[in-house]
Amino acid sequence: MPSLKDLRNRIASVKATQKITKAMQMVAAAKLRRAQAAAEAARPYASKMEAVLANLAAGISGSDAPALLAGNGKDQVHLLIVCTAERGLCGAFNSSIVRLARERINSLLAAGKTVKILCVGKKGFEQLKRNYERHIIDVVDLRSVKYLGYGEAEMIATKVIGLFEQGEFDVATLFYSRFRSVISQIPTAQGLIPAEIASGGGGTKAAYEYEPDEAEILSTLLPRNIAVQIFRALLENAASEQGARMSAMDNATRNAGEMIKKQTQKYNRSRQAMITKELIEIISGAEAL
Amino acid sequence: MASFPFELVSPERVLFSGEATQVVVPASEGEITVLANHAPFMSALRTGIVTIDNGQRLFVRGGFADVSAAGLTVLAEQAVPLDEINPEALSGQIRNAEEDLRDAKSDEVRARAQAKLDGLNAMMAAIRN
Repeated sequence: MPSLKDLRNRIASVKATQKITKAMQMVAAAKLRRAQAAAEAARPYASKMEAVLANLAAGISGSDAPALLAGNGKDQVHLLIVCTAERGLCGAFNSSIVRLARERINSLLAAGKTVKILCVGKKGFEQLKRNYERHIIDVVDLRSVKYLGYGEAEMIATKVIGLFEQGEFDVATLFYSRFRSVISQIPTAQGLIPAEIASGGGGTKAAYEYEPDEAEILSTLLPRNIAVQIFRALLENAASEQGARMSAMDNATRNAGEMIKKQTQKYNRSRQAMITKELIEIISGAEAL
Repeated sequence: MASFPFELVSPERVLFSGEATQVVVPASEGEITVLANHAPFMSALRTGIVTIDNGQRLFVRGGFADVSAAGLTVLAEQAVPLDEINPEALSGQIRNAEEDLRDAKSDEVRARAQAKLDGLNAMMAAIRN
């Protein structure tokens, strides 16, 4: 049986925790609004880019398609780009991305493929390091980045394209969490190289004039498309992270509230019991005289 | 004069979306002026200024212009309205970038600093004209 003082201390500490989780929830809510706006602002660019690319890709096919579009014809070495958060305390956000990546890694390894991992974000690296340390080729640290801009995505894209051109891998897949709503984030695997292009979108193949020529435009557009895809993944991830943190902290605040209620009741009961006990002692003492 | 739908988008935001009658775009092989009913056309952009008929001028760097039956779409890697650029703040940023370049320790950091400086210098040159 804990003493009254113990109970009082416990209640005080849970109350302090509740204050922290509540503050974190509010911060996450504010950040979520910003992240969501950023993700929405980036959507038109990405969808326009896709439309232009689909239009161009419809014209170029077969053997003269660039390697970034059609792949290099091999399927041996896979690069997995795993985007996670830099911070924890956001529910199952990081773990669910890592779980999806891990399933893919295991099935690829079982099929005798070579796997290379590029981690974006510290948390994913920490979780993957345990089992797959020798597969991890690089970690991109975004901790010092306050405002997620296109520059960061471009930097990662340059790195990935550089590796591809050196023949370090054949197929690249991007892992991130798609933001659907505050309570629902969907871990997603998206093919990056070869490019996943929605076919049939550019049905009306207009007689375009190109300046410079078609192939040259495509060769500058493809690397840019990769950067845009990564940028979108990073933004979706940022929004998902804040959403996940918000609901996790909401839960934590509610749990703390319940705990406080329970402990307070226990505290009052034992205080009452003590008073009764003292009274009985006094009365029975007086009776004995 | 007939107008056509025009959109200017950068990865970070949509800068213009609406009707325009005349837009001047810095295409890779010289400036082109797009009017309504322009033939389908696609071009890479060079660093320069997009001028819209209502007098709005925007700095753009890298990207594509796409003219189709649906109108003109400019996909710019970086796009900033000229009135949002403050020459004094910009020259401050250029000084900072030059410092970063000097302090850069690894090749990777140096390349990033150089790219940033080039972008800022291009912006400076664009607003001077």
